[in-house]
Amino acid sequence: MIVNFIDLLKQWPRTVRLLGAILAGAIVIWSLAAVDTSHAHTWLEKYIPGFWAIFAFLAACILIFFAGWFGRSGIQTREDYYDR
Amino acid sequence: MTGSFIHPALIMVAGSLILPFIRGPFRKPYLCLVPILAFCDVLYLSQFPGTYGVITLLDRWTLVFGRIDSLSMVFAFIMALMAIIGTIYGLHVEDEWQHIAAWFYVAGSLGVIYSGDFLVLFLFWEMMAFASTFLIWFSKDKDALAAGYRYLLVHTFGGVMLLLGFVLRYQATGDLSFGLLDEHNTSLYTWLIMIGLMLNAAVPPLHSWLPDAYSRASITGSVFMCAFTTKTAIYTLARAFAGFDILIALGVVMAIYGIVYAILENDVRRLLGWEIVSQVGYMVAGVGIGTALAINGTCAHAFAHILYKGLLFMGAGAIIMTTGESRLTNLGGLYRRMPLTLLFMVVGGVSVSAFPFFSGFVSKSMIIAAGFESHLYLAGFLLTAVSAGTFLVAGLRLPWLIFFGETRCDPTTWEKARDPVWNMRLAMGIAAFFCLLLGTWVSFLYSMLPNTEVNFHPYTTSHLAETLQILAFTALAFYFLKDRLAATSTISLDLDWFYRMAGRGFLWLAEKPLQWADTAWGAAYRVVGLVTLMTIARFSAWFDWNGIDGVVDGTARLVRALGGRISLALQRGQVQMTLYYAITFAALFLTAYVWL
Repeated sequence: MIVNFIDLLKQWPRTVRLLGAILAGAIVIWSLAAVDTSHAHTWLEKYIPGFWAIFAFLAACILIFFAGWFGRSGIQTREDYYDR
Repeated sequence: MTGSFIHPALIMVAGSLILPFIRGPFRKPYLCLVPILAFCDVLYLSQFPGTYGVITLLDRWTLVFGRIDSLSMVFAFIMALMAIIGTIYGLHVEDEWQHIAAWFYVAGSLGVIYSGDFLVLFLFWEMMAFASTFLIWFSKDKDALAAGYRYLLVHTFGGVMLLLGFVLRYQATGDLSFGLLDEHNTSLYTWLIMIGLMLNAAVPPLHSWLPDAYSRASITGSVFMCAFTTKTAIYTLARAFAGFDILIALGVVMAIYGIVYAILENDVRRLLGWEIVSQVGYMVAGVGIGTALAINGTCAHAFAHILYKGLLFMGAGAIIMTTGESRLTNLGGLYRRMPLTLLFMVVGGVSVSAFPFFSGFVSKSMIIAAGFESHLYLAGFLLTAVSAGTFLVAGLRLPWLIFFGETRCDPTTWEKARDPVWNMRLAMGIAAFFCLLLGTWVSFLYSMLPNTEVNFHPYTTSHLAETLQILAFTALAFYFLKDRLAATSTISLDLDWFYRMAGRGFLWLAEKPLQWADTAWGAAYRVVGLVTLMTIARFSAWFDWNGIDGVVDGTARLVRALGGRISLALQRGQVQMTLYYAITFAALFLTAYVWL
């Protein structure tokens, strides 16, 4: 059942992408339209619409790029490094 | 009730001592029975908070084996529950020694949680360290022996720090009781105790043992290890160091550090190990914030974390056991071969990523909310950023590289991959059930938390909106940048580089001068021996040649044999053992010095 479901999703990649985009859009619209942010902890959350969406996207990008740079700066090395 | 106090650790120890005599069809029911009995004992004891098992030693020291209060109850509950799940996961293991080591390990954890003074704490603390070392040594991995020695050495160091700390404290205050230490009146012993406890919580820079050991342990061993050591340490930190500001900074650093290494990692269990470092960072920060909400959040997150991380390690164990492969570069596309394992790992992944209706959602948010409420905005924002990273790694990268995407398995790996035996599936099912239960039946978890006056509601529209936005846009970032998250066949250097290299340096030092001495001795012997022989020959011509020769040769043989033995013993190259003896000796010496 699980296998069939995933195979089905894999057959329709464009539909899956479209559904994902619609879902993300719906979350943002709902957050903007229906969620009261007046009790938020910081003014960032209060006054920037869709703050957490922007925040998460930036955070994920920064983490990915930082990790990549960090790894290439010499931290990542060959697998038999400790074996000599 | 005082008379009927039976320590749950005693049940585990007694159970493991009887285990070798239970054979055949009785083995599996017995394996289930013992941790269930311990769990029932924990439930029973929770009805009667108080102090039990008080023993006075030599009229000087009061040992407290059973301190049952709201903080120890919740930790004992989850540890005993995880002991049941872990034992079910390992039911198929024939080797009783693995079960015995795991149960001693659980007993150590329960002993620490119920301990009321430092002596009892230390006893069980060391029991945990030694028992868990065997869980590494039982592994078939070729590096397991070395990894076990490293693990033992690091934990011996931590134990020595803890020992020194509480012995110095005893000398200064005459107090051995294990309770909250004074933040405004710190002393050397405060920091020594903190270092000892932090090492077990894998707080940087004392964290490298964790991914190293957990990726080398036996399949069932790692399931036990991922639950007990770090979370028991979190309990002790919450007990002794709640509100220490330095822990906030360390916790945030830890959360970020762990997630960055997890993004780079290629080995499944190392990746999960790095994520433990990251998640335990939230708990350390929660302990540092120290408000009632933060401590509740720490306990709730430890509770939830043990279940979903156990679930992820069980899934990883299933993959490694069936395929024999742990590197992401050699996996991929396995959803066709192991659909149930996929389902359980996704449940674990969405739980750690704090999806609504899963356990992480109701626990992690408490710590972040406590940070914001204490006006620690930087910590709050950074921990939220890490939660995006957590979803990136455990919710997206891990399933993508193991189960989806194109397969990188070689044909034999692909052929061997399948869902594991029934007991492993059952254990994963139980853990997955609890992940869902905690996320949906909120009061089940919240009613166990130590600070009952706290009123926290996770299912508010603003929290839901925040979480859904974070998840959706992290997924979007993943979609655009997923090629940068692909696995590469590399390892990532970490701070363990220093002690691994120091070990080699030590070995080199031991080898080279000794070899030099050996060579010099040989040369000196040749010169001196020959000259002596010639002199004796010249001045004692009338002596029996053979007799003299015999004496000199005999001495020579003796000397050479002795020299060989000594250098063999010293140059054996087991640097771990040498270091281990040295550290143990230093510990004994220092204790004697402080106490006498």
